[in-house]
Amino acid sequence: MKKRNVLGEDLAKMLKGGVIMDVVTAKQARIAEDAGACAVMALERVPADIRAQGGVARMSDPKLIREIQNAVSIPVMAKVRIGHTTEARILEALEIDFIDESEVLTPADPFDHVDKTQFKIPFVCGATNLGEALRRISEGAAMIRTKGEAGTGNVIEAVRHIKLIKKELSALKKMTPGQLKSYAESQRVPLDLVKRVRESQRLPVVTFVAGGVATPADAALLMDLGAEGVFVGSGIFKSRNPLQMAKAIVQATVHYRDPRKLAEISTGLGEAMAGLEIDRLDVRMQGRGI
Amino acid sequence: MTVGVLALQGDYSEHIGILNTLKVKAAEVRTPADLKHVQKLIIPGGESTTIASLLETTGLRKAIISRARKGTLTIFGTCAGAILLARKVSGKNVPPTLGLLNMKIERNAFGSQLQSFEAHLNIKGLQDPMVVSFIRAPRITKTGWRVEVLASHDGYPVLVRKGKILAGTFHPELRGGTEIHRLFLKMK
Repeated sequence: MKKRNVLGEDLAKMLKGGVIMDVVTAKQARIAEDAGACAVMALERVPADIRAQGGVARMSDPKLIREIQNAVSIPVMAKVRIGHTTEARILEALEIDFIDESEVLTPADPFDHVDKTQFKIPFVCGATNLGEALRRISEGAAMIRTKGEAGTGNVIEAVRHIKLIKKELSALKKMTPGQLKSYAESQRVPLDLVKRVRESQRLPVVTFVAGGVATPADAALLMDLGAEGVFVGSGIFKSRNPLQMAKAIVQATVHYRDPRKLAEISTGLGEAMAGLEIDRLDVRMQGRGI
Repeated sequence: MTVGVLALQGDYSEHIGILNTLKVKAAEVRTPADLKHVQKLIIPGGESTTIASLLETTGLRKAIISRARKGTLTIFGTCAGAILLARKVSGKNVPPTLGLLNMKIERNAFGSQLQSFEAHLNIKGLQDPMVVSFIRAPRITKTGWRVEVLASHDGYPVLVRKGKILAGTFHPELRGGTEIHRLFLKMK
């Protein structure tokens, strides 16, 4: 592994147990902060709208990002297209707190991700499995989130990805030294990183889940499966009562082991976002930039 | 003795890791009932607005204040924890705090994550400097009567103590050092 962004990994640890919410206006950002979000993701369209409207999705207008920065005191994240080093330089110049190199935007580079070791600002990247997570970490990601399938309100892919990572970590334990070496080669990741995660049985950076979380119960399920926190995209501001839904998801993320509390938290929230079947999707964002 | 770690949000598992290294019994505190079983409490780093709102919804805010007033709880707050202990907080969208320590603190005093840094701190009573990180850190801008300053950085207090309360604006739990936790464990 080359250079780590240790301070960025530290910040990721401060986000643990929290909910990071997508917001498209300063007003939404304040609602998210009031509801107890541990950070906000500033963007122009939530994934559900990107999916519905189509077209190339790019980094947000710096004007919007600044408005959101001015509105809240919690960390502000924003997205760049996969491999778009210049968008990342712009976000770093805006002094946001974390960059999400995200498959929700249209990828910009067919070969490479951003070389994150060249930045002081930390990056979070999506992953669908262990190899993908380790590739991003060896490129310098300070935090990982599972990709899930953004904008669907359907939690199945988020569950798939967090479970796959766990299963693959466990499978490393049974591998011989030769098998470990060929796994590292086939996944194009450093062998010492593979050995390290085999030993610790976890990724070396904080791991959140994302993609399809629409209810407090979804968030609690994923925490129970080992997530260290939750990104919620469309699930909050596409629901009937965003403030109530946001508060409920924050509380469910804390009290995920307490079914009675969860029952109370889930009561009377009004409609969650409408969801989509994965089989019927035109675009699968999770397949971008693996 | 059991040391509770407030486990609402933030890096509470790192504090539990340090307590485990020191072979001290640690317990996660999420409800007022959990608080009953602990004699000491660590309030970890995290987002102070998030933790403040959860202190309210869980009923822990009142429970912690009442234990502290009775003098039956020793508390250590780091970063967000220090903010939550302070009587006065400045900055944007200030959360309601526990107000147990007579000091004024400014949230995100250094700016964004790009201004986060690592520092070697000389701490009163400790021989060697300790490596710690300041992550979107607050700054103590005023300390009240009888608040003892145990460490400073760039002319500002960063570790302070009064009676049963210890507060630091940095993270002593992230680089493996155990000295400050040991200092806290000795506090009566």
